[in-house]
Amino acid sequence: MSLAAATAAAARATTAAAESHGFLSPTGVEIAFLLVGLVTFGAAIVTVTTKQLVHAALWLVVTLGGLAVEYLLLTAEFIAWVQVLIYVGSVVVLLLFGLMLTKAPIGRSPDADSGNRWAALTVAVAAAAALVWVVVDAFRTTWVDLDGAAAGSTEVTGASLFQSWVLPFEALSVLLLAALVGAIVLSRKAVADKATPALPTPGPPSGTLPPSRTAVDTTASGEQPPAKEGTR
Amino acid sequence: MNDALDVALRLLVVFVVFLTFPLIVGQTEHKVMAHMQGRLGPMYAGGFHGWAQLVADGVKFAQKEDVVPTGADRRIFQLAPAVALLPYLLVLLAIPIGPGEGAVGQVVDAGIFFVLAVMGVGVLGSLMAGWASANKFSLLGGLRTAAQLLAYELPMLLTAASVAMAAGTVSLPGIVDAFEWWWLPWQIVGAIVFFVAGLAELQRPPFDMPVADSEIIFGAYTEYTGLRFALFLLAEYAGIIVLCGLTTVLFLGGWHGPWGADGLGWVWTLLKTAILAFVVIWLRVTYPRLREDQLQKLSWTLLVPLSLAQIALTGIVKVVIS
Repeated sequence: MSLAAATAAAARATTAAAESHGFLSPTGVEIAFLLVGLVTFGAAIVTVTTKQLVHAALWLVVTLGGLAVEYLLLTAEFIAWVQVLIYVGSVVVLLLFGLMLTKAPIGRSPDADSGNRWAALTVAVAAAAALVWVVVDAFRTTWVDLDGAAAGSTEVTGASLFQSWVLPFEALSVLLLAALVGAIVLSRKAVADKATPALPTPGPPSGTLPPSRTAVDTTASGEQPPAKEGTR
Repeated sequence: MNDALDVALRLLVVFVVFLTFPLIVGQTEHKVMAHMQGRLGPMYAGGFHGWAQLVADGVKFAQKEDVVPTGADRRIFQLAPAVALLPYLLVLLAIPIGPGEGAVGQVVDAGIFFVLAVMGVGVLGSLMAGWASANKFSLLGGLRTAAQLLAYELPMLLTAASVAMAAGTVSLPGIVDAFEWWWLPWQIVGAIVFFVAGLAELQRPPFDMPVADSEIIFGAYTEYTGLRFALFLLAEYAGIIVLCGLTTVLFLGGWHGPWGADGLGWVWTLLKTAILAFVVIWLRVTYPRLREDQLQKLSWTLLVPLSLAQIALTGIVKVVIS
């Protein structure tokens, strides 16, 4: 077979492969994608319907982890690991921390229902419909080439983020910085309000305390002697 | 078929490492602590200097009754040890011990992110254990664990980012490939911050406030018995292996050494990891436990600024030399 014939055959094969993308042609990756999607969807529903607060947070872990697996299946490896790092590793830990610090009974908490069930459902369905419509409409004919170079590798993601999308990226960082400063201002204001009516207390003035101290310092007060070294 | 065999073999090797290395570190800890405190440590099990002590411990743990407290959340209580242990097994897959494809379980493109992300998941196990035990000491331990993770995750990430900047890649083998000897003084601050933050994430002394036995018994693990408790202990020692291996790969040049670069690179990796593991044990014997507020203060007022300074230094040097 001549070179030209081979090239033509290869080109035909590529076209055939492109044409064979029907609606959900059952390749292994697509089946896995669907199954993981179903699990993620189910976990998401359990997250919002379960009556046990901490279970909801843990089902959220499954949901977010499932999303990360979906990213992986779409070859967006970098996004997948960042998803795990930020959401599973930090956001859910923060959530659990907050729950344990305030109210985390074992068993059901019937008073944790907001009563806005139907309004929430309406908003959720509307948002989901809008998103699905927009995404399907935008990427109707786009296929991820799973066999070629990864379309979502760190290098590709970084290049597009800092070439095409650098302005939104910077705008987002400023927004996050503003949120950070706002959080610090709010928490310090709360400390200052609490300190004003109270009698003067020994020790450092509360204005100099880091805002996180009240949240974190659950047992050890400043006056306690340092903990003894123990073998455990 | 050959591919399947290759994958199976790699998984098997990583699994064997996962099961044996933590035991070796544990036995070393027994012995090193004992000698630093003027004792002998275990001397009987197995005959020679009590080498089989941890095997005997394992048999003991397996024989113990597996108790779940009445008030506990049964399923989460039982699931927690697995959640604490499995991430370290996954992380071990991605740590290269020698040059080339043959010396790493699986090359991960975004290796640093994979490793740090999965390590963060392990802490969920402690949180689940702390909450599900229905015990106020356990809950306090869980709370402290979460606070500690939130404080120390940031410097760890920042210093890892510094190395990634220096190497120009986030793949772990890629970073070791790019390593030069002068990175050692260049990244030394980052290395120390990473190691300290990692110790805190593993809740090793002097950062063992979440399990402080003299205050809250054993924190999140108070209610655990038998095999599940052993799994938590195994997770701690597997964590030491992972942390020391990562510090070696990221900051100490992995398989690079003064000589024996061809074929013997893995010896260097193992040697550096072993020395770091010894340092971990040494620190445990040397320093008293930090109080919770000291612990938070160390991270937010010392480690985070240091790691930011390290990133700035890395950026400046990188721009100057390129």
